[in-house]
Amino acid sequence: MSDTVTISARNVVKAFGQGAGQVRALDDVSVNIRQGEFFTLLGPSGCGKTTLLRLIAGFEMPTGGTILLDGADITTQPPNKRPVNTVFQSYALFPHLTVAQNIAFGLEMLGKPASEVKARTAAMLALVKLEAMAGRKTSQLSGGQQQRVALARALAPQPKVLLLDEPLSALDLKLRKEMQIELKRLQLETGITFIFVTHDQEEALTMSDRIAVMSAGKIQQVGSAKEIYIHPKNRFVASFIGETNFLHGKAEAGALRLGTGERVEVPGLAAGGEATVSVRPEQVRLVLPSDGLKATVGALVYFGTDTHCHLHLADGTEVVARLQSPATGEAGLAQGQAVGLRFAEGAVQRVED
Amino acid sequence: MSPAEENAIKTSARNGWLLSLPALVMLAFAATGPLLIVVWYSFLTANDTGNVIHQFSTEGWVGILFTYDIFEDGWVLADAHLTIFWRSVWLSLVTTALTFAIGFPTAWFIATRPAKERALWLFLITIPFWTNLLIRTFAINEVIRNEGLLNTLLIWAGVIEVPLQINYTETAVLIGMTYVYLPLMVLPLYATIERFDMRLLEASYDLYASRWRTLRRVILPIVKPGIIAGSILVFVPSLGAYVTPRILGGGKNMMIGNFIELQFLQGKNWPLGAALSVTLLIIVTAALLVYVKVANRDRGAGHG
Repeated sequence: MSDTVTISARNVVKAFGQGAGQVRALDDVSVNIRQGEFFTLLGPSGCGKTTLLRLIAGFEMPTGGTILLDGADITTQPPNKRPVNTVFQSYALFPHLTVAQNIAFGLEMLGKPASEVKARTAAMLALVKLEAMAGRKTSQLSGGQQQRVALARALAPQPKVLLLDEPLSALDLKLRKEMQIELKRLQLETGITFIFVTHDQEEALTMSDRIAVMSAGKIQQVGSAKEIYIHPKNRFVASFIGETNFLHGKAEAGALRLGTGERVEVPGLAAGGEATVSVRPEQVRLVLPSDGLKATVGALVYFGTDTHCHLHLADGTEVVARLQSPATGEAGLAQGQAVGLRFAEGAVQRVED
Repeated sequence: MSPAEENAIKTSARNGWLLSLPALVMLAFAATGPLLIVVWYSFLTANDTGNVIHQFSTEGWVGILFTYDIFEDGWVLADAHLTIFWRSVWLSLVTTALTFAIGFPTAWFIATRPAKERALWLFLITIPFWTNLLIRTFAINEVIRNEGLLNTLLIWAGVIEVPLQINYTETAVLIGMTYVYLPLMVLPLYATIERFDMRLLEASYDLYASRWRTLRRVILPIVKPGIIAGSILVFVPSLGAYVTPRILGGGKNMMIGNFIELQFLQGKNWPLGAALSVTLLIIVTAALLVYVKVANRDRGAGHG
């Protein structure tokens, strides 16, 4: 990965429909995607992530803004002129062609000599470990194998950017885990920039170099998995990535004054107005009632490796603590028990609303 | 599966077969029966007053390609017959091509409309079926005749000065047959295009194919079953067309159907008519076999 920008979206707007019924699928989106990185567009359905991908692929034209590839404006270029290939959610394999013919399709359309087409197709078949299936029709393959063919077909022409539109959503959990590792391997081996669209935050966290969290047609935050998880910029990002607790109160210098009157230290917080902070459940510690925020134990939910303890502050605010389950499985807490809460150092993050 | 279960399934399948017996009897009498009679008549002797004399003869079959020359007192090759055969095959092929050229964009258009609208478009396509073929053919006649709609319009617009002689030409027969058989091409094409996964178009564009190459390399191979079905549905009745060449061809552009009629009515040569009917059947069967073979030739073969 380098700092060279491969894909750059500038103030991209995409609106569907006319007049009052108009929907802005993308609302002034700007993002730079670096060469060779595994970049993920993450967000709930309808957030505009697939629309952005389709604009980069050229299947749709933006209503406004520009898209650059290696510095050149490709906004109005048709898909067949862009050195960008797509792995479709439905795979969209050609049913009348064999596995090898599917993979060779792009190379043939580029007018590569037959010898090169043959060699690259063979190399791609080897890359996705489907040599034995070369002559099969795609309908004779399992879901995971079809997925590999779709990948090989899109990688064969050696695109500058590979676009992946929720490619793993149709696979079962075990296969999905395998393919996540496989995708990461392919990306490292080929060195091609991957732009990956998903609504699955775990998928995004485990595979990506950087993630853009999207919601309501806007990019909410761009950063590495750790940055986004540890320093979520706003409420949406904090709640969409993992689970979190929100505490709301009056901002004082370096602390938040809760509704209960208690203070929570928030380093760097300036006095004035209201503020919201986010604390991850695994960063909540249970202490003696006298040593922290006063809370009562509510429901205890056992998850195997850990136990979720739902706690209520004096003003009713719910805080979830994720506690590692002890060997006996019993957390040693009883419903209604009074406890104290403390947060691990650096765990309290201010978020925008 | 145990043998008992297997037997039970076989028994129930046999009972199901028995239920189709009435249909099979019907087929035997209504389809095979007349055909056998036609074959039988083709080997009998002609009776100058019509019908046949029950006496074996191959003159009906010889008469397909040869004609008896009373001056030479021998059989000579019948050029006129060959012309009719050739015209029938040629006009049918062109009709098939024309209906495809017009029918494919039409079917594509309908299949890409919103699901609610498609039924309406299909309904419009089938409306001509509500009117008798004869009436429709005369309607075409009304459009293309010298004083008809087309010529009047063209003269009025100043495009031509003398009416175009379309009526009673092969062109007229082509126009008529294309019009009449177009729905038979559109419907099977629509059925396959409707099932075509439009996402494949994006996949094809994405993989550097132009629109033209997408049509040739992705769309046409996938909708091929519809093209074959449509072509057969158009070609077969075209070859046996009777009403259209009779009315629009004006008697001089005869096709096999008209030629057969001639033998049974004015010609009073039933064995020849019967032999011609069987010949038509053989041509159709041969054409279908060749077509299906050609259409399936590249199945499974490599592209690259």
